[in-house]
Amino acid sequence: MITATALFAIDPLGLGGIAVRSPPGIERDQFLASLRSLLPQQTPMQRVPAHVSDERLLGGLDLAATLKSGQPVAARGLLAEADRGVIVLSMAERMQPTTAAFIASALDCREVVVERDGFAMRSPARLGVVALDEGLADDEQPSAALLDRLAFRIDASVLRSAAENATNYSARDIAAARERLSSVVVGTALIESLCSAAGALGIDSLRALIFAVQAARASAALASREEASELDAAVAAQLVLAPRALVVPPAPEQQQTQNTESGQDRPDAKDPEQGRNVSEHDDIVLAAARAALPAGLLDRSNESQPGRVKSAAAGRFGVQRRCVQFGRPAGVRRGKPAKGARLNILATLRAAAPFRRLRANATDSPAAASRVVVSVRREDFHVTRYKHRSPTATIFVLDASGSSALHRLAEAKGAVELLLADCYVRRDQVAVVAFRNKGAEVLLAPTRSLVRARRELSDLPGGGGTPLAAGIEAGRVLAEALARRGATPTMVLLTDARANVALDGRGGREQAHSDAVSVARRVRAAAIRSLLIDTSPRPGATAQTLAGELGARYVPLPHADAASLANAVRLSSGRGP
Amino acid sequence: MPTPFPFSAIVAQEEMKLALLAAAVDRTVGGVLVFGDRGTGKSTAVRALAGLLPPMQVVAACSYNCDPDESDTWCEACRARSANGGLKTRRAPVPVVDLPLGATEDRVVGALDLERALTQGIKAFEPGLLAKANRGFLYIDEVNLLEDHLVDLLIDVAASGENLVEREGLSVRHPARFVIVGSGNPEEGELRPQLLDRFGLSVEERTPADLAGRVEVVRRRDEFERDSAAFAEKWKQKDAQIRRRIVAARGLLPDVKVPDEILESVARLCMTLGTDGLRGELTLIRAARACASYAGAKQVSDAHVRSMAAPALRHRLRRNPLDETASTLRVQRAVDEVYGA
Repeated sequence: MITATALFAIDPLGLGGIAVRSPPGIERDQFLASLRSLLPQQTPMQRVPAHVSDERLLGGLDLAATLKSGQPVAARGLLAEADRGVIVLSMAERMQPTTAAFIASALDCREVVVERDGFAMRSPARLGVVALDEGLADDEQPSAALLDRLAFRIDASVLRSAAENATNYSARDIAAARERLSSVVVGTALIESLCSAAGALGIDSLRALIFAVQAARASAALASREEASELDAAVAAQLVLAPRALVVPPAPEQQQTQNTESGQDRPDAKDPEQGRNVSEHDDIVLAAARAALPAGLLDRSNESQPGRVKSAAAGRFGVQRRCVQFGRPAGVRRGKPAKGARLNILATLRAAAPFRRLRANATDSPAAASRVVVSVRREDFHVTRYKHRSPTATIFVLDASGSSALHRLAEAKGAVELLLADCYVRRDQVAVVAFRNKGAEVLLAPTRSLVRARRELSDLPGGGGTPLAAGIEAGRVLAEALARRGATPTMVLLTDARANVALDGRGGREQAHSDAVSVARRVRAAAIRSLLIDTSPRPGATAQTLAGELGARYVPLPHADAASLANAVRLSSGRGP
Repeated sequence: MPTPFPFSAIVAQEEMKLALLAAAVDRTVGGVLVFGDRGTGKSTAVRALAGLLPPMQVVAACSYNCDPDESDTWCEACRARSANGGLKTRRAPVPVVDLPLGATEDRVVGALDLERALTQGIKAFEPGLLAKANRGFLYIDEVNLLEDHLVDLLIDVAASGENLVEREGLSVRHPARFVIVGSGNPEEGELRPQLLDRFGLSVEERTPADLAGRVEVVRRRDEFERDSAAFAEKWKQKDAQIRRRIVAARGLLPDVKVPDEILESVARLCMTLGTDGLRGELTLIRAARACASYAGAKQVSDAHVRSMAAPALRHRLRRNPLDETASTLRVQRAVDEVYGA
C-alpha cells in the first residue's frame, strides 16, 4: 500500500504537507520517524511550537549580533531556516490564525517576505509541513487556510495501518522516485477523472485537485511508471480527495439520491457529470475515494457529545489577564519594561541612536566614550504593546423541540439575527446550538462570518422532544472551548425548560429534569456568564429554578418579539441597548 | 524570486481580470478587493499582474519613484533637485509591493535608519513600504487578517495620498499614492467598512463550476509546476499583447467620451441602489471609461457600465450585514431595471 508518508517524502514541496489528527503516542512518533527515514538525510526537519512568536517564525533583528557589531544584523526566521526541509507544527489546532497565515503564505510563495524591525528580506522557504493536530472536538482544528494547503489528512487509524506499512519503501526507493518525478506525465483524461471525482465528493477547492494530480504523479514515480495510470489516480483519490469529501458520492446504482447536501452549498453547481459519459476511469477513481471514506460521514456533524467531561482546571483562564505580554503585537510605546511588559530592543535603540555622539561626549573618559556603541538611557526604553483580543462570544442554545411551538423558534431566530447585526459592529463571535429529539447539535461553530450564521439559521428544523440537559451540556462544552481560546463566552439559553429527554437520550420527565439541573450546576461551576430566556407561554417556576442552578439571569418573555429578546441579551452582557 | 504565473494563462475569472486591468489602465479607479473561496487563484492573479505592467519614468535618485512630468506630486527632495537644475530620469518597473502579514509599523511607514544612526550618528529616514509603493500597487494578501493598527494607518494614507511620519525625532512627509489591492476569504472575517471604502472595485471569485474549466485550471497549474520557465515562455506573447493593450488604453483614456445619457443612467442606477455619496458613481464611470479604452472604444457604452457595475457598487450598498451574498444580486437587478434585462 502506498502511504501519504511516502508520497510526501517524494514531493514535499508540491504536496504541501500532511495534517495528522491524532493524540501523541507511539504511532505518531513512528510516523514521524518513518518520514524522517524516507526524506533525504540532509533535509532539515524543524519542530515549530504553536505559540511561536512572529519574530522567530519570520526573522527579525538578531539582538546579540546587533549589539556586538554596533549595526543592525538580521536573524533568519524558522521558515527561512527550514528551506528545502519540513516543518513539524506541534499542536497545530492551537495555533493563532495569523501564525497559520504566515505559514500558508510561505507555502504559496515558496519564500518568506519579511518587512520587520527595519529589515526587508526575502528568503527562499521551499518547505513541506506536517501539522500535528491533537484536537478532539469538531471545532478544534487547525486553521482552514492551512489545512487547504496540505495535500494529505490522516488520523489515528491511518497511522496505525501506516505503521505496519512503514517498511514497504526504503529511502532509496524514494530517492529514485524523486529523480523520476519531473518526467512523469499525467494525462488529461486522468486529470478529468480526478476533477469529476472531486465534483462528486463535493470538493470545491482547486488546490485539492492540484494536489491530487501531484499525488498521482508521485505515485507513478514511485512505481517507475512514465505516465500516471488509473492506479495512481486511485491512490490520489483515496489519499487526497476522500479525506476532504463533503458528500458521500452516490453508489452507481443509486446515482440520483444523496445530492441534497452539496446542493445547498453550491446552488450553481449542476451535476458535474452532466453531458459527459462517465468513463470507467472515473468509476475507478470514485470507487477508491468511496472506499476510503470514513463510515458515518454524514452523521459526523450531527453528533452531539453528551457526557464529555472536561475539568474546569484544564482551562487556562489565567492567560486572559496577562494582556501586557500576551496577544497580538499592537505597536510600540515609550515606557519601562516593568510588570511583565517586554522591552522592544529595536525601538529602544532607535530612540537612543540619535543621541549617540552627544552622550558619548558626556561620558567621563574619552577612552570609554570611543568604545560605546550606543548608550541607552532609561528614557529611551520602549515596550511592545500587545493587544489581547478577548472577543465576546455569544452562544445561543435554542430549544427547537415540539413543545417550544414553532412560532417561538421563529422569534428566537429573529433575535439571533438581530444580535448578529450587533455582533457585526463589534466583530464578536457567535455560535448556535440547537436541541431537539434525542440530543443537541452544534448548528454553527463559533464564527464571525455572518453569511454562514445566516445560512445555518435559516434552515433550522423544529419538533420532537426536549433534551434540555444535552443542550446545556453542548453549550457548556463550546463555551469552555471558547474560553480556552481567550474569548469571553456568554451563553444564551432560549427554552421553556420543560425537559423530557434525559442526557442519555431516553425519555422521562423526572430523569430529564434532574440531568438538566446537574449540567446546569456545571455551567455555574465553570463561571460561564449565562442568560435564560423563558419562552413558555406561562413563565413558570421550573425555568426560574433552572436559571438559579445555572447562575443565569432569568428573563421571562412570554410574548417576546425578536427586538426585545435582543435587548435583553444586550443588557445582560452589560453592553446597554 | 520564483517565476510568477503568467496573467494570460489564468482561466476564466473574467471579472477579477477586468477589474485589475481597469485599475492598471486608470489608477484613479482606486483599489481592487478580491474576495473569494480558498484556492481560486486570488493571489496568483495579483502577482501575475506585476509581471505585466509596462515600465514607467521615475526620477533617478528618488526613493519615492517621483514622476518627472508631474511637478505637483514631487517629494521635497525632488523639488530641491529640480531647483538645483534638472532631474535625471530612468525607466523603472511599476512597483507591486507586498505588504506581508506580520509587517511591523516601522517597515510600513518608514523609520529612523538605525544603521546610519548607530554607525555614523546621522539622523536619516529609511523609507518604508508605503514609499516603495508610491505610483504602484500595494498588495495585501489576507487583508482581513491585517492588524488593526496597520489598517488605521493604511486608511489614512490611502485617503490622503501622503505619508506623514512623526517618530523618533523625525518629521517626514512624502507622496504615497498607490493602488491598494487586497485579497482574502470572507469566511475568515470581514473588513472594516472604512477600509472597504478605500477599494474602488470589489470582485467576488468562485471556483469554476464546470468540469472543463476546472480541468483546464489544473492542467495549466500542473504544467507550470513542472517547468515554470518554459510555461512562462509559452505565454510570453499573450502577456505582451495585454501589456500593449494597457499602454494603448492609457493613451486613449483622455479622449474617451462619456455621453450624457450614460452619466444620467449611472446616476439613476446609484439612486435605485441607494448608495451613499457620489463615490460609487464616480468610480463606476471611471471604471467604465477604463474598460472602454481597454476595449479600444472612443465612447463609453451601456455594455461597459454593465460589466463594471457589480465590482464598482456591490461593496457600497447600504449594508444589511447579514445579506452579504445578496449584494451582487441587488446590483444585477438594479442594472436590469435601468438598462433593461
